[in-house]
Amino acid sequence: MTQRHFIFLCLLPLAIFTLAFLAIPLGRLILASRESEAGWGIYLQILQTPRYLSTLVQTVAVSLAVTVAALAISTTAGLFLVRNRFAGRNALLSILTLPLAFPGVVVGFMIILLGGRQGLVNQLLPGHWVFAYSIFGLFLGYLYFSIPRVLLTVMAAAEKIDPALEEAARTLGASPWRIVTDVLLPALAPALIAAGAIAFATAMGAFGTAFTLATDIDVLPMVIYTEFTLSANIAMASALSVVLGVVTWAMLLIARSFSGSAVAAGG
Amino acid sequence: MRHLSRHIPLLVTLLACAFLLIPIIQSILAGLTVNYFRGLSSGLTLKWIGQVWELYADSIFLSIKLALACLAGTLIIGVPAAYVLARNPGRATRMLEEFISLPLAIPGLALALALLQLFGSFHGFRTSWTFILVGHILYTLPFMVRSVVSVLAAIDLKTLEEGAASLGAGPARRFIDVVVPNAMPGILAGALTVVTLSIGEFNLTWMLHTPHLKTLPVGLADSYASMRLEVASAYTLVFFVMIVPLLMAMQWASARAQRIMK
Repeated sequence: MTQRHFIFLCLLPLAIFTLAFLAIPLGRLILASRESEAGWGIYLQILQTPRYLSTLVQTVAVSLAVTVAALAISTTAGLFLVRNRFAGRNALLSILTLPLAFPGVVVGFMIILLGGRQGLVNQLLPGHWVFAYSIFGLFLGYLYFSIPRVLLTVMAAAEKIDPALEEAARTLGASPWRIVTDVLLPALAPALIAAGAIAFATAMGAFGTAFTLATDIDVLPMVIYTEFTLSANIAMASALSVVLGVVTWAMLLIARSFSGSAVAAGG
Repeated sequence: MRHLSRHIPLLVTLLACAFLLIPIIQSILAGLTVNYFRGLSSGLTLKWIGQVWELYADSIFLSIKLALACLAGTLIIGVPAAYVLARNPGRATRMLEEFISLPLAIPGLALALALLQLFGSFHGFRTSWTFILVGHILYTLPFMVRSVVSVLAAIDLKTLEEGAASLGAGPARRFIDVVVPNAMPGILAGALTVVTLSIGEFNLTWMLHTPHLKTLPVGLADSYASMRLEVASAYTLVFFVMIVPLLMAMQWASARAQRIMK
């Protein structure tokens, strides 16, 4: 067996699998989106139909809010954990990365335990505090799985910052706050953009969490799901899926051009 | 004021930890108390865990079976492909890697719709567990490939292979005796990632599953919607017991692979 034959054999399983289960199905999905009367015009229809348009706006708004909140929280916590060594630091780090392996449905259940009818907040506070199924509950759910992802990206970048930069700033008389805004944040900027793009893409496509919490809220994955299963509007479900896929893919392309690798999984 | 602002980072870190940890503790407690609404004073019990076992043991076994089959699939498809990718760096290789990584970027729901539309009419396949398996391999394959490629790219594979070739080893021999042993840290990290992700996968699986084929996360969604809080919590507890050791092993193996690469 020659080297060329062997390389061909090595790539054969991958070629068969990705052709049959990735390339052709995605092609089929794109073609299916124009199988309504509107043809390719269905993509225009998304923008012209108030329900789809408001869904898009709402999904982008929640995802942006989650991205900003996760960046603020995880950058603060990440910088703190990189710059301080203390007893219990590893325990805090473990807690903050634990949700990485949780499926979106479990994250949804966590929010129900906090803000559902039998939830913690409703038990502790007088009055009726049920927020799990509101847009705020969805925001908290997305935040729950975004914090660990952003934290890991920020910490990996923060560990590479040369401590000499900070020392130089300090000897020149910069206040701790000036060090953060003038030294640390600029050095972290690429990682923050990458982490933000990952958080945004993951929130946009999060189905499991929305499935548990967003029974009354129109976010893109839920609308795709109901169009497909309840309304049997295959063309619209396909078109919305294509839009969603293009947006999340573009976000991750941005993420990767700013940092080495990017993974948006789960939700 | 100055004194207070120094403690803000610590406070934010602790609040974030509390936000993530409190519901986990709640679900552990709720899964073990007789009546969650009355609180711990109603006593501790394993009754709910027993009920979960009766109701959902099948889903747990199906998830384990899927994860192992998915691991086998990603090994067979991913490791040889990763070898070729690492051995021939260049534009074509990068594009191929980019393409097989699409399932990381495209939400599982969209991928599932694509698979359903193409294979929905193949009834024998659509209703068998291998249909879910295809989805799981699709989603986890990029993790295996990347993990192995990054380890192989860090070593001087070419020189090692030339050495083996000069001793008379053919391509297949070299792959088994030189490439695979050197790739082992990457294969191990990739394998643990694949199993962890497969056991927790919901987004694709929910669309691809049939009523007779419930995986663990599908069963979880089912219990959240239709069971009392204690049963749902006990089921979640079972899931935590399975997934948390896997997550820790996965993080250990990835850190180890990265150490070896340096």
